[in-house]
Amino acid sequence: MSIPNDLKYTKSHEWVRLEDDGTATIGITQHAQELLGDMVFVETPAVGRQLKQGDECAVVESVKAAADVYAPITGEVTSANPELASAPEKINQDAYAAWLFRLKPANTADLEKLLDSAGYQKLLESEDH
Amino acid sequence: MNAKMVDFGGWDMPLHYGSQLDEHHKVRSDAGMFDVSHMLAVDIEGEGGRAFLRQLVANNIDKLTQPGKALYSCMLNPDGGVIDDLIIYFLTESHFRMVVNAGTADKDMAWMLSQRDRIAPGLEITPRRDLAMIAVQGPNARAKVWQVLPGSQTDTENLKLFQAAFFDKYFIARTGYTGEDGFEITLPATDAMNFWNKLHAAGVAPAGLGARDTLRLEAGMNLYGQDMDETINPLEAGLGWTVDLKSDRDFIGKQALLDKPVTQQLTGLVLLDRGVLRSHQKVVTQNDGGEGEITSGGFSPTLNQSIALARLPLGVSPGDEVQVVVRDKQLKAKVVKYPFVRNGKILV
Repeated sequence: MSIPNDLKYTKSHEWVRLEDDGTATIGITQHAQELLGDMVFVETPAVGRQLKQGDECAVVESVKAAADVYAPITGEVTSANPELASAPEKINQDAYAAWLFRLKPANTADLEKLLDSAGYQKLLESEDH
Repeated sequence: MNAKMVDFGGWDMPLHYGSQLDEHHKVRSDAGMFDVSHMLAVDIEGEGGRAFLRQLVANNIDKLTQPGKALYSCMLNPDGGVIDDLIIYFLTESHFRMVVNAGTADKDMAWMLSQRDRIAPGLEITPRRDLAMIAVQGPNARAKVWQVLPGSQTDTENLKLFQAAFFDKYFIARTGYTGEDGFEITLPATDAMNFWNKLHAAGVAPAGLGARDTLRLEAGMNLYGQDMDETINPLEAGLGWTVDLKSDRDFIGKQALLDKPVTQQLTGLVLLDRGVLRSHQKVVTQNDGGEGEITSGGFSPTLNQSIALARLPLGVSPGDEVQVVVRDKQLKAKVVKYPFVRNGKILV
């Protein structure tokens, strides 16, 4: 399974990418999408909402189940992916392209505390057992 | 076959073989197959089978007069709660075959044996774990089966719904749990793999538990453990049509049903807002704030929106709008008559 090297990851299967403009883009991982199966509904957080790390901030629902998405870092929501309302299956097609929302990190250094691709790979291997 | 497996009542079952949505659409438009061998066939043989079943189940076994005919029924406890829902096939006066759910099979057997000892001690009741069951469903399902079992068409093409016939070692029933035409085929477990592979080669798509659930929900068919169980009155679970209170026949649970007032009904819901309805979500109605609960909910691939079965107060009627509590929100839903989909057509 491909785990991009340029992203950071959480134990709850979100990915985070720091953009050039200083915002952070957030989505769910390929592994999470595989577990959930065909996506049918996505609810993203309102722009301007202040999120604390660990807050429930989005919901992804597949034919099988609803799953909460947690804020990987603290910050203010700056945008949400408008495509997902009508095409939630984009997450199944490419989980790393179908981002959920962006936020302006309160402290960019928080990103350093997240898992890198090797750490996330190890997490998946341990969950497999 | 690259299936995503889950535990289901102690059985290792395929949830899907790739995409649940694709499997769903394939059954609605062509043909799909489900391995439902976790369900248990039970043979009831000997003298007095009919008399036994007259007392054991809530539907009237005397509706079965023609060999091969099947009856859907609930088996109730003395309090009128549903022990299981099942199908009974009338083969001969000394041989009935019942098919029961997987999760309830052990308690069903124990209950039936105890009632047998009371009602008809000479009767033999045999669980047939040596048999497998494959459901082939969809508009092209029967043709695919005929293609794979040469010679079977003559014996099975005139079967009406809820009728079955033997062909060689295959017991072929025109029944299903999808709202589409098709067969449920009971066969020796040792032949199941070969038969499955032949169907697959003929273009029948393997489908998992996930698609089975969305198909049956669209078809408005109850799922034991979700839409009813031992604490639920079948008359409040949309199963009144299967309970024979008209004839003077006495059956287990009848008196309790006659004594209990019916205050709820099973209705269909179509979600008007965005989101997905799920079981156990609370439903608030306009009728004096009367409340109910979703018993089965999900995303309907055919309607491309969320639908549900919900147990609501009797005052609610089709066309009414209700609110469903989903997480921290109240979403709007419309009450409808189910089924939602039959034979590929949307009915709501």
